[in-house]
Amino acid sequence: MSATAAPTRGSIAKAINAGLRAAMERDDKVLVMGEDVGALGGVFRVTDGLQKDFGEGRVIDTPLGESGILGSAIGLGMRGFRPVVEIQFDGFVYPAYDQIVSQVAKLYHRSAGRVKVPMVIRIPFGGGIGAVEHHSESPEAQFVMTAGLKVVSCASPHDAYWMIQQAIASDDPIVFMEPKRRYWETGEIGDAADPLHVSRIVRPGSSATLLTYGPMVRTCLDAALAAEADGLDLEVIDLRTLSPLDLGPVLESVRRTGRAVVVHEASRTLGLGAEIAARVQEECFYSLEAPVLRVTGYDLPYPPSRAEEEFLPDLDRVLEAVDRSLAF
Amino acid sequence: MSTPVPSPPPVQLLTPDGRRTDHADYAFAGDDESIRALYRDLVLVRRIDTEGTALQRHGELGLWAPCLGQEAAQVGSGRALSSQDFAFPTYREHGVAWCRGIDPVKLLGLFRGVELGGWDPEAERFGLYSIVIGAQTLHAVGYAMGIGLEGAVGHGVPDRDEAVLAYFGDGATSQGDVNEAFIWAASFQAPVVFFCQNNQWAISVPLERQTKVPLAQRAQGFGFPGVRVDGNDVLAVHAVTTEALRRARAGEGPMFVEAVTYRMGAHTTSDDPSRYRDPAQTEEWRQRDPLARVEAYLRSTGTAESFFADLEHEAEQLGEHLRAACKALPEPDLADLFDLVHHETTPELAAQREEYRAYRAGFETEGVAR
Ligand SMILES: Cc1ncc(C[n+]2csc(CCOP(=O)(O)OP(=O)(O)O)c2C)c(N)n1
Ligand SMILES: [Mg+2]
Repeated sequence: MSATAAPTRGSIAKAINAGLRAAMERDDKVLVMGEDVGALGGVFRVTDGLQKDFGEGRVIDTPLGESGILGSAIGLGMRGFRPVVEIQFDGFVYPAYDQIVSQVAKLYHRSAGRVKVPMVIRIPFGGGIGAVEHHSESPEAQFVMTAGLKVVSCASPHDAYWMIQQAIASDDPIVFMEPKRRYWETGEIGDAADPLHVSRIVRPGSSATLLTYGPMVRTCLDAALAAEADGLDLEVIDLRTLSPLDLGPVLESVRRTGRAVVVHEASRTLGLGAEIAARVQEECFYSLEAPVLRVTGYDLPYPPSRAEEEFLPDLDRVLEAVDRSLAF
Repeated sequence: MSTPVPSPPPVQLLTPDGRRTDHADYAFAGDDESIRALYRDLVLVRRIDTEGTALQRHGELGLWAPCLGQEAAQVGSGRALSSQDFAFPTYREHGVAWCRGIDPVKLLGLFRGVELGGWDPEAERFGLYSIVIGAQTLHAVGYAMGIGLEGAVGHGVPDRDEAVLAYFGDGATSQGDVNEAFIWAASFQAPVVFFCQNNQWAISVPLERQTKVPLAQRAQGFGFPGVRVDGNDVLAVHAVTTEALRRARAGEGPMFVEAVTYRMGAHTTSDDPSRYRDPAQTEEWRQRDPLARVEAYLRSTGTAESFFADLEHEAEQLGEHLRAACKALPEPDLADLFDLVHHETTPELAAQREEYRAYRAGFETEGVAR
C-alpha cells in the first residue's frame, strides 16, 4: 500500500485517524481493536475507514468486554504486535482496570525488561457533550498514579496526529487521553513534531501561568484572550504529558510569572493539580507571589448533563481564580 | 462468520400473522381480555418510545435508546412479574419500566439529563437503569441470594415467594460480570431469571461476534436450563417467563431466557445503523412486528373496533402528556448534589458546596457574567 500523504489540516478526530493510518501503513504489526471500531468506525468515527483499508485482521471489532480487550491485547503484544485499543468512553475503562493496573503496568518491571507491552490505550475523556451517565469522566489521575504507565493527552489536531504515532512507536504502554468534546475542532497540522513527553507554552504571557491539558487547553486559551481586555497577559502551558510530567517549562514559567493556576475537569482531590501544586511549591517557593490555585471539577460523581456546565471549569472560573491569584 | 451449532426453534404461541399455536411445554394462561391488556401495554410502550425519539430530535432530550421492536419481549416478561418480584434493567427497558408502574416522565428525565436515578428501586421493585454493560446482572444475583438467605422461596405461596428478573443484551453476554453472574447464580441456586433480549446487535457488532452457539445453550454449561423464545411474541414471552419465575420462586434455581428479537431502531439516537447493517434485515424483521400480530389476532377473534379507537386516543393523550411533562421537568441544581454523595456527608464536600454557592452568588450580585 502506498503511503497516504500527511494531512495539513483537519479535526482532532480526523488527525488521530490519519495518525493511526500512518502508523498502520508503516508497521503491519500495528492493530486497532475495540468495540465498534470496524464498520462503524468507532462511535466518534476516529477509526473511520480503517477496517475497509486494512481488513478485519488488523482492525478488530471485539466482543463486548473491556477486560477481554485489554487482556488479549497484552497477549498480542507478547506475540510481537502493537495493539492500539479503544475504550469507547472513559466510564467504561473500569472493567479493564485490573488488566491495565495489575498487568499492563507491571509486566515490564516483573520480567526485568524481558516483556514489553507496546500498547496504546485510547480513551475519549471528559465532559461537555451533554451525554448520559458514564460518558463524561476524567479518570486520568488514576493512571498517572499507577507506576508503570505513561499517560499523555493531546489538545490540537497537530498534536493528535503526531502524538498518536509517537505513542504507537513507543515500546512502553501509553494511555492516550483524547479530549472528546474537542474532537471536531479543526486546525493546522504541521510537519514538525515535538517529542511525546514534553510540555509546551501554547500562549506566552507574563501576568500568571495557566497549567492545563486536553479539553481545558481551549478553555484556558479563551480565558487568556478574554483577560487581554483587562490588561492581563496570561501564559498558557499545555502539559501534553501527564506521566511523566515535564516540569521544566512549568517551573521556568512560574519563576517568571510568580503565579500558577492549574485547570482540569477531573475532580480536585488528588487530581493532576495536586501533584503539580506540590511540585511547583517545592521547586519555586521563593518565586511564588501566590499559592498555586486549582480550577477543577468538584469532588462529585459527574453530574446529570443539564448541570454539567456548572460542574466543569469554564472561562469565568478560570478568570476568577486568576483574579484571586493576582489579589493575593 | 458462521454459527456452526443449529438454533432450536424459539417457543412461539402466536404467529406473525396472528394465529395461536400450541407448544408442548408452554401455554399462555390468560383469556382474550388479558391479551387486550397486553396489547394496550404494547401500544402505549411504543408510544412512549416514539415520543422519546421525537423529543430527542426536538432537542428536549440529550439522547434516547429506543426499544422499538422489543416491546413484546419487555411487556411479556414485565407482566410475568409478580408485585413482590424484583427486576434489574439495562438502559433500554422502557417497556418493563411501564409494567412496573414507573412514570415514563422519569425515563425522559434520565435521558434529558436532569437526574441520574429517578425512582426508589426498593419501593418500585425495579432497579435503576444501568448503563455499564452487564453490571446489573450481578446485583440481580446478589439480591436473589438475599431472598434465598431470608427463606423467601419455596413455600408455594404465590404472593410470598420472590424471584428476580435480570435484563441484559446479547452483547452483554460477553462481559466478565455477566458470566460471573451465571456462576454465582448456579452456585447459590439463586432465584433469578436471566432475561436476555437478543436483538441481534450490540451497537454495530452482530451476534456472531459474541457467540458461536445459540445464547440459551450456554446456560447448560453453567448448570441451569436455557430456553429460546420468540421475543416478538408477547404470549410466548409471557408464558416462558412466567414459568421461569415460578421455578425460581419455588426454589428450583436460575433459568436463562433468550428472547429472540430485533432492534428495529438505531442503537441510540446518536447512532447511524446504515453504516453497518443491511436494511433488508430490518425489513425482514418488520414482518415479525410484535404489535401487528396481536392486533391481527384480536381483530380476527372479534375485538370491537371501539377498543382500538379508544386505545389510539389513550396513546395520543399519553404522548401529549409526555411532551408537556418533559419540558416542565425541573432543572438540576448542582448545589443540591454535594449533600447526596454520602449518607453522612463530609466537611470537605460541605465546604465545596459553600464555595460553589459563593462563587455563583458572586455572579448574581455583580449582575453580569464576564
Ligand atoms: C462496560 C461498557 N462498555 C461499553 C459500553 C458502551 N455500549 C453501550 S451499549 C453497548 C452495546 C450493548 O449491546 P447489547 O448488550 O446487545 O444491548 P443492546 O444495546 O443491544 O440492547 C455498548 C458497547 C457500555 N455501556 N458499558
Ligand atoms: Mg443487543
